[in-house]
Amino acid sequence: MQLPTELKFTKEHEWLKFEGNRVTVGITDFAQKELGDIVYVELPELDEDLAEGDAFAVLESVKAAADVYAPLAGVVVEVNELLEDEPSLVNTDPFGEGWIAVFEADEDILIAGFMDAAEYQQFATEKE
Amino acid sequence: MENLLRTPLYQEHILAGGQLVDFGGWALPLQYSGILEEVEAVRRRAGLFDVSHMGEIIVEGPQALAWLDTVLTNDISKLVDNQVVYTFMCYPHGGVVDDLLVYRYGPQKFLLVVNASNTQKDWDWLNQHIIPGVTLDNSTAVTGQLAIQGPLAQEVLQKLTSYRLDDLGFFRFTDPVEIAGVPVLVSRTGYTGEDGFEIYCRVEDTVKLWQEILREGEPQGIIPCGLGARDTLRFEAGLPLYGHEISQEITPLEAKLGFFVKLKKQVDFMGKAALVALKEKGLSRRLVGLNMMDKGIPREGYRVFNSEGQDIGYVTSGSFSPTLNTSVANVLVTADSVQEGTFLWVGVRKRRLKAKVTKLPFYQREAK
Repeated sequence: MQLPTELKFTKEHEWLKFEGNRVTVGITDFAQKELGDIVYVELPELDEDLAEGDAFAVLESVKAAADVYAPLAGVVVEVNELLEDEPSLVNTDPFGEGWIAVFEADEDILIAGFMDAAEYQQFATEKE
Repeated sequence: MENLLRTPLYQEHILAGGQLVDFGGWALPLQYSGILEEVEAVRRRAGLFDVSHMGEIIVEGPQALAWLDTVLTNDISKLVDNQVVYTFMCYPHGGVVDDLLVYRYGPQKFLLVVNASNTQKDWDWLNQHIIPGVTLDNSTAVTGQLAIQGPLAQEVLQKLTSYRLDDLGFFRFTDPVEIAGVPVLVSRTGYTGEDGFEIYCRVEDTVKLWQEILREGEPQGIIPCGLGARDTLRFEAGLPLYGHEISQEITPLEAKLGFFVKLKKQVDFMGKAALVALKEKGLSRRLVGLNMMDKGIPREGYRVFNSEGQDIGYVTSGSFSPTLNTSVANVLVTADSVQEGTFLWVGVRKRRLKAKVTKLPFYQREAK
């Protein structure tokens, strides 16, 4: 799957979409393949206040549970409620309908701290 | 992955896109196309598993039968030739060394099939208690093993042999028989809750057998299946897994598997005294099934609470069940809290999720 070039990426295999101080977070195609069929998603509460690195959601496959980590400090302002009934969207459309939550960042965002598509591509390839 | 043991099908797994993991020191596929698809294939059509990591120990000699009855909990003297039986091997205190299948060739020859992760332990244990008139041979390294499971398993396998599989009853075996032109042992056994067969062959024939079964079974929709599907299928079907439902610390009686422990057997088998005493005293904890009412997935080790909020036990196996489309768990809890229909709660991270005690097994295939 082609990586969308407008997104940024983390070492935890999350993708980030920045719009002002709002950040949408999901997991990459590489990550969903590693996890396998997602059968349950535990979403964060709205207005939950998170520090960078906090586990804010849990993606569960048949055999395992994987935490998703907050890429920066902020408040949860939107969650993807579609995932409650259709967790497999994370597998079928990881960069689109499979988004997990939107944060409002506490401070000015330093986009330079994240990987771009080409950098992430290389990072994920080395993991394989 | 470099330091792990490899089955004869290692290259096949890589070629088929299997996601390899370390399973008890063996490099084996967790999944190929995905656990959901693989479980569905076995429940509706057929799936093929590489189970070459399982241990095989041959017991021979004039004392073989009598001796096995002293180290195993089931009644081995009741077996007829070409019959297979499921049994435990217990410690004197009643805990489990391993669960295994026993194949009877005749009164002086048996094949034991044991868990991969326990093979060395079992081998040592058996050698420690061996008596004159019995010899043991560990044939794990020279034996490949496949499991073909599912309602169409027989139809697929029949295309590869002139032997009439209809003649092979449940938990019966024949050896040798030719399948895909190679000599094998075939038994109507499995670990999925479906009809199916387990096939034991020479290591050098394993790849051919694997490829031929997949090729012949293509019209029936057979697919290769990994450990994830295998564990999910056995769990749905109420079959125990060593280290989870039974272990050195969990007796078969607590795991509700007393049927395979013949306490009335004349022979004083290992563990008998302790298990008789435990039964007379009454069990303080017991394995039950839980059906989750709240959304969420109970996992191994999660704590279980009663309506008063008291911690009464833990999850031994828990998973989303693809066949039932809900989450279920086996839990080992204090014996007074286990009536069917009782509500219990499972601690899942920060929350306590409501669940109901339900009948085991979670899934049972319809009789033909």
